[in-house]
Amino acid sequence: MKRGIFSLKSFWLSMALFVVLLFLPAIIPRFYTYILAVIFVTALLAMSLNLVVGHGGLFQFHHAAFYGVGAYTFALFLTKTSLPSWVGFIAGPISAGLAGLLIGWFCVRLSRLYFGMLQISLGSLIWAIAFRWYSLTGGDDGIHGIPMPSFLSSTHNAYYFILIFLAICLVVLYMILKSPFGTTLQAIRDNPERSEAVGINVRRHQLVAIVIATFFAGVAGVLFVVLENTVFPDLLFWILSLEVFIMCLLGGWFTFAGPVLGAAIMVSLRTFVGIYTEYWTLILGIILILLIFFLPEGVMGYLLEKFGARSEVATERGSE
Amino acid sequence: MLRVEGIHKSFDDFKAVNGANLAVDRGELVAVIGPNGAGKTTLFNLISGQLKADRGKVIFNGKDITKLPTYEICRRGIARSFQIANIFHRLSVFRNVQVSVLSQQKKSNKLFRPAHKMAVEETNRILESVGLLDKRKHISGSLSYGDQRILEIAIALGNEPELLILDEPTAGMSPEETNLTMKLVKRLAEERGLTILFCEHDMDVVFDVAQSIMVMHHGITIIQGEPEAVRENDEVQEAYLGEG
Repeated sequence: MKRGIFSLKSFWLSMALFVVLLFLPAIIPRFYTYILAVIFVTALLAMSLNLVVGHGGLFQFHHAAFYGVGAYTFALFLTKTSLPSWVGFIAGPISAGLAGLLIGWFCVRLSRLYFGMLQISLGSLIWAIAFRWYSLTGGDDGIHGIPMPSFLSSTHNAYYFILIFLAICLVVLYMILKSPFGTTLQAIRDNPERSEAVGINVRRHQLVAIVIATFFAGVAGVLFVVLENTVFPDLLFWILSLEVFIMCLLGGWFTFAGPVLGAAIMVSLRTFVGIYTEYWTLILGIILILLIFFLPEGVMGYLLEKFGARSEVATERGSE
Repeated sequence: MLRVEGIHKSFDDFKAVNGANLAVDRGELVAVIGPNGAGKTTLFNLISGQLKADRGKVIFNGKDITKLPTYEICRRGIARSFQIANIFHRLSVFRNVQVSVLSQQKKSNKLFRPAHKMAVEETNRILESVGLLDKRKHISGSLSYGDQRILEIAIALGNEPELLILDEPTAGMSPEETNLTMKLVKRLAEERGLTILFCEHDMDVVFDVAQSIMVMHHGITIIQGEPEAVRENDEVQEAYLGEG
C-alpha cells in the first residue's frame, strides 16, 4: 500500500536504461544512433496500440492510419503554413486523436472482428486521401525535405528529442494503465457484459481509450517526421498496422513494456537481416510460429514469468 | 420497489417471456421458480437491461427503467450476478471487486491517479464479508468454481445495490456449497438491508429462504405469493408434475 505505482525494481531498471540510452550516442556509430531512434518511434507507436489491444481487448486493426495522420499533419503544418513549428507539434497528435474519435465513434458500436473490419475500411479511406490528393499531400511521392527547426537538424539532436518524448509518453501511458481508467479498461477487456452490469459505460470508455491511443500514435507520427524529415503514404498503409500489431504480440501484449521489446526485435530484424536478404519476413514468420507455440504470452510475458517480476504482468501480484 | 408489468420478449418466433408480472418490496427475499426454459433468466436480463423488452414495463422506485441501458440501470441501484461465473478472469480477486466499487464511486474515468490506493477499504470490507479476503491476490480465473460464484456476488455488492438479483446463485454447487452460499445470501440481506431477487432450482432452498415466490411457466407468471400459498396452488402442481 505504501508503494507507488512503480515497483522499485522496475523503476531502477528503467532509470538505468534511460541513462545508458542518454550516453550511448557518444560511443556508437551514427548509423546505430539512427536505428535506435527508429526503434523509439516504432516503440511508441506499438505502445499506443497496445493500450487498446492488449489492455483494452479491442481489435484496433488499422492503427497506422493515426500514426500517418499525426505525421502528415505535422508535415503539412511545417511546409504549407508559416506558423511556428511547435503549433505543428501539437496539431499532429491532436488531429490523430480527432481521427481516432471520429473512426472510433463508429467502431465501438460493433463488436470484436466487425470492429476491426470497419476500422480497416475507414483507415484505408484516410490512406486513400493521402495517396490521391496530390495537391495537398504529394500523393504517392509524399512530402520530402521537410524543414526542421535548427535544434532538430542533426540525427543526434533528433535522437535526444525522440528519447525524451518517448520517456514522457511511456510514463504517462503507465500512469493511465495503473489508474482507475486503466483498471476498468482491463476489466472491459476481460468481460464487457459484466462491466456494463457494474455500471460502466463500456462504449464510452472504449472510445476514450481509442482517442488516447490514437493521440499517442500521432505523437509517434510527429517523431517520425522529426527523424526522417519526410512523409509518404506507406505510413498509413495497413501493412504497417499489421506489423505494429505483431510487435505487440511478439513482445507480450498483456505486459506494459512488451511492445517496446517487440518493436526493437522487429526493427532490428528488418535492418540487420534485411542487409542480407530482402526476404527478412521469412525469418519473422518462423519466429512468429515459434512464438505461438512456445511463448504465447510474448517475449516479455515469458521473461516476467521466468524472473518473477510478476507485478508487471496483467496477472498481477496485486500491490494493494 | 420493483414492479414488472406484463413484460414480453420473443426471440424470432419463440416467446421466451410472454406476460410476466413481478412485485418486489423493499427488504424482501423474493424467488422466481419454474421448470427449465420457463424464462427466468430472460426475465432477469430484461430487468437489468441486458435484453430489451418487446412490450411491458419495469418500474424501479417509481421510475420506468424499461428502456435504460444496462449501466444506467446499475447506477440506479440494481446489481446482479449471472448464472455462469461472469468475472474478470485475468484480474486479481481484489481488482474484480475494486472495478465495481470504483464504478459505484464514479471514479472509473480517473486517468492519472494510482488505482491501487483507491477504494481499498471498501473493497476489502466486501471481500471480508464474503470470505474471500485471504484470496484477494489470486487471479480470479484460477479460483475454484464455487469461489468464482461467490466472487460474482462480491462484484455485485461493490455497486452497493438496493436490489440484488442473483441468477441461480448455487447452480453447479455441491450440497454443502449450496448451503453455505444461501447462508451467505441470507446474512448479506440482513446485514446490508438488501432486497434480493433470485431464482433457484433447489425447491428446499427456495421454500426455506424466500418470503415471496413467483412461479413462471412458458414465460407466463402463474402466481406470486407466500410460500404456503404457492405450494398449495393447483396450477403450480400441474406445471411441475406435468413437466415431470
